[in-house]
Amino acid sequence: MPDAPPLLAVRALGKSVPGPRRLFRHLDLEVGAGELVAIIGESGVGKSTLLNILAGLDEADEGSVAIDGIDLSTLDETARTRLRRERIGFVFQAFHILPYLTLRQNVALPLALVSPDYVAASTRAEEMLEAVGLDGRGDGYARDLSGGELQRVAIARALVHRPALILADEPTGNLDPETAARVLSLFADAVRGNGAAGVMVTHSDASAAIADRVLTLGAEGLVERRGA
Amino acid sequence: MAPEHGLKSGSGLWSGRLGLGWLIAGEWRFHPARFLLTAVAIAVGVALGFAVHLVNGSALASFDGAMRGVSGAAELSVRATSPLGFDERLYPRVARADGVGDASPVLRLDARIGKARLTLLGVDVIRAATVTPSLIGIRPRGPDTGNDTAFDESALFLSRAALTQVGAKIGTRLVVVANGRSVPLRVAGTLPATDESTAVGVMDIAAAQWRFGRLGRIDRLDLALSDRSIAEPALRAILPADAILSTAETQNAQGDALSRAYRVNLDMLALVALLTGGFLVYSAQSLSVVRRQRAFALLRTLGMPRAGIIAAVVIEGLAIGLVGAAAGLAAGYGLAWAALHWFGGDLGAGYFGCSTGRVVIQPGAAIGFFALGLLAAILGSALPARVAARAAPAAALKNAGDVLDPRRPVAWWPAAVLLVAGGAASLLPAIAGLPLFGFLGMALMLAGGVAGVPWFARTLLTPLARRTRGSVPGLLAVRHLHGAPGEAATALCGIVASTALMIAMATMVTSFRGAVDEWLNQVLGADLYLRTTGGATFDPATRTRIAGTPGIARLAFSRQIPLTIAADRPPVSLIARPERGGRDPLLVLIDRGPPVQKNDALPIWVSEPAHRLYGWDPGERITLPIAGRTQFTVAGIWRDYGRQAGAVLIDEGDYQRLTGDDRRDEISATILPGADPAKVARAMTDRLPADLRPQVEAGQPATLRKLALTLFDRSFAVTYLLEAVAILVGLAGVAATMSAQTIAREREFGMLRHLGLTRGQLTRMLATEGAIVGLTGALAGIGLGLVLSQVLIHVINPQSFNWTMTTRIPVDTLIGVATALTGAAAATAMLAGRRATAKSAVQSVREDW
Repeated sequence: MPDAPPLLAVRALGKSVPGPRRLFRHLDLEVGAGELVAIIGESGVGKSTLLNILAGLDEADEGSVAIDGIDLSTLDETARTRLRRERIGFVFQAFHILPYLTLRQNVALPLALVSPDYVAASTRAEEMLEAVGLDGRGDGYARDLSGGELQRVAIARALVHRPALILADEPTGNLDPETAARVLSLFADAVRGNGAAGVMVTHSDASAAIADRVLTLGAEGLVERRGA
Repeated sequence: MAPEHGLKSGSGLWSGRLGLGWLIAGEWRFHPARFLLTAVAIAVGVALGFAVHLVNGSALASFDGAMRGVSGAAELSVRATSPLGFDERLYPRVARADGVGDASPVLRLDARIGKARLTLLGVDVIRAATVTPSLIGIRPRGPDTGNDTAFDESALFLSRAALTQVGAKIGTRLVVVANGRSVPLRVAGTLPATDESTAVGVMDIAAAQWRFGRLGRIDRLDLALSDRSIAEPALRAILPADAILSTAETQNAQGDALSRAYRVNLDMLALVALLTGGFLVYSAQSLSVVRRQRAFALLRTLGMPRAGIIAAVVIEGLAIGLVGAAAGLAAGYGLAWAALHWFGGDLGAGYFGCSTGRVVIQPGAAIGFFALGLLAAILGSALPARVAARAAPAAALKNAGDVLDPRRPVAWWPAAVLLVAGGAASLLPAIAGLPLFGFLGMALMLAGGVAGVPWFARTLLTPLARRTRGSVPGLLAVRHLHGAPGEAATALCGIVASTALMIAMATMVTSFRGAVDEWLNQVLGADLYLRTTGGATFDPATRTRIAGTPGIARLAFSRQIPLTIAADRPPVSLIARPERGGRDPLLVLIDRGPPVQKNDALPIWVSEPAHRLYGWDPGERITLPIAGRTQFTVAGIWRDYGRQAGAVLIDEGDYQRLTGDDRRDEISATILPGADPAKVARAMTDRLPADLRPQVEAGQPATLRKLALTLFDRSFAVTYLLEAVAILVGLAGVAATMSAQTIAREREFGMLRHLGLTRGQLTRMLATEGAIVGLTGALAGIGLGLVLSQVLIHVINPQSFNWTMTTRIPVDTLIGVATALTGAAAATAMLAGRRATAKSAVQSVREDW
């Protein structure tokens, strides 16, 4: 899709941490609709920090981030919160499924934060649960599920509100290799099938292999790995 | 218009209400016990406050009804300043005064029929019919009901309450004892218009004057006015010194002033339980917020605004407040009913002579206490809500639980500012006789003390935390608390507040009781006391007979009558005794004026409350309404814990010369060495006229002292109860908070067990932590309580009750409280620890999402 504007556009991004150390600088990245990008790198290079900046949870020292054409630097905190609510989906290493909500409510939570329409939110959540292979489990709770199932619920939640951008932080870090492979496949299909831009940070080369592009994060920015 | 970037405008709090509702409902479904416990804490506070207020209000309403019952609700009255009354020749002058339409003379006596006490009124039925018709008796319908009944010298009309108490019917003949005389009368009818709970009897005024020995004197003139604005100045111009103008409002103000300070103090004490409940909500919500730190971080990441997090926690507090306050109002009504039923309107303090068994509903108070309950719950949630909303979501998602930093300094200045502000507020004077700034000062100091707990815990633990040797469980316990003093403070805020107030009250009561005990020892210097009741007196002939009793070395006679100085204040006690140049044993002098010269006004000694209420200083000349307007010189100020409304003491000889009153109502006797006090008392009683004997009580100092201290303890019984409830609520808070904190550390315990700590060592570690937390709370509470006690002793007590005392520290109570708190906290932590360490180590370190 060469002519379509990128859903995520990062220009000359730089971030340092307290002290003399600089995490990264001159970081450029574009991710288009239906594209999944994996970012790998050593511990401490700033993969999670980059993800937080993309989500508007942290601020860069220099450069810009635009999501779906909206420059984050033009938004105040309230607007960034709204942007996350409406345009971004998240998948975490530790799943973060709320134990006191049903699985349907967990999946529907991003919709419930936008509209009080319970029926619409529930219907869409059921659709998403079905899409991740958990149909009929909506009334259950987190304690009833395995790690892989929990991450599938998290993926359903990340996609339920049809976000433009999906950010995943070590989405298979807590799973065994077999389950991890199934979940990653589901995640990649979901990103592509929904026409969203996906960014996944990971330690694992095996996980990164599922992405359309694999980028290595270092002090001088992102370097594309050839032949991935 | 939508903004350029296409995002919806506004924070989205309202549109996100479905998600907000799920969060709140989910939390309650998962932790119903926490929700209920905090709601109960609020309910207890509201119930106590509302109950005390209802009891006080009901008692005042009953007192008001009783006052109207005996005053007949006249628009304006001329009242005697003492029970000696005023000359009846004032009556025609008042009746003719400008602006006065009609006047009805009244004689008022405290009377007794058998064991029942009542107010006996003598009225002129013709005049009363137009001025105070509620005092007119109604005859029963029948053949023997001639019109002359009202003027019959033996006819007595009784209110319904008096009839019930006496157990009489229409036509019953009975003996009425008043003013030292026993008079046979016949019940001729009832008083249907008087208050149903007031025991009052009415008879013809001329018959009452004659038969009860009050010829030429009347106590009151009830007035019907044609023009009040003309009547009041006209009456003031002609009133003698021994009469004042009085209205229903001033009468009520008098009753209100008598008990107001006590009632306000009780209200404030009851609010302590509510305050403790508020702190408990704070503890519970703080813990809940810490536990849900990751959940809130997730929600912030998913797009919930900060306000949404605040709203979630505050709405939880609001719901806790709604449930707690509603339950508290219902429980408060029940408590008030039970208290009125079992203890009476003054809860045993003895302020209201009348009894009351009916709870008077007070919608304003109900709304007020409901609002206070809500406020306590909302404020208790607001601070944790703010903390929850401030947390950075990305960090909280990754690092929940690793937020302790032992190097982070703990701020001391907020506590210092609040304590200093509280001290400064306490120094300000009373407002309308109420120590409002004193209470404000206490509240600020309390807040300061609670705010200072983290700093106090850190300071206390720093030397221990430097230790590198010792048992591992002990070292871990100390290091954990040293690194997270805020956690300890969260658990302790309720108990520190309630302990501080309990210690403050206990110190004040101990000081007060000690001062009263010491004072009683000083003033009860004689061997025997004889005192009349129901208005009876010892006449000179009786006194002469008693003086001849074998075994008596010395006798002193005294007279005590109420003397009204201001219409809206309770009367002071005028005591006439042989003062012997200020050496009377009753006179425990705390200040003395310059010696009174011969050509000075007569000397008078004023009690400490009278000195504070009326500003009478030693050496000052004052005028009192005794035998006209007589000038006195204040010779000294004496300590008196017996008469809150104030007392003045003049020499017996001066009193008799001024008033002509030769009656006495108390005898103090010093007996010869070796004589048996009981036998002498019997011999003295035998020498009394037969009809006076039932009206005289004899007592020895030890008995009187014991009785006085029993009354003292009874009047403070309700305060002990309120304190105990506050402490229990606080202890429940410590137990709930510590167990929640312990359970929240399951993963830490799992890790320690992986490292090789046994379950026993973990339990010891938690017991040590619990004991340290309890001891810290006890020390902070005791220290703060001793500071607050100084405000109670030196500000609130003098401003409320007008007496001073020195501090006596209840060491036993302090040790007891410290031990109980330390033990309770250690036991709670151990019990919670057993549950937290019961899981396998592997299970505990696993992610619990």
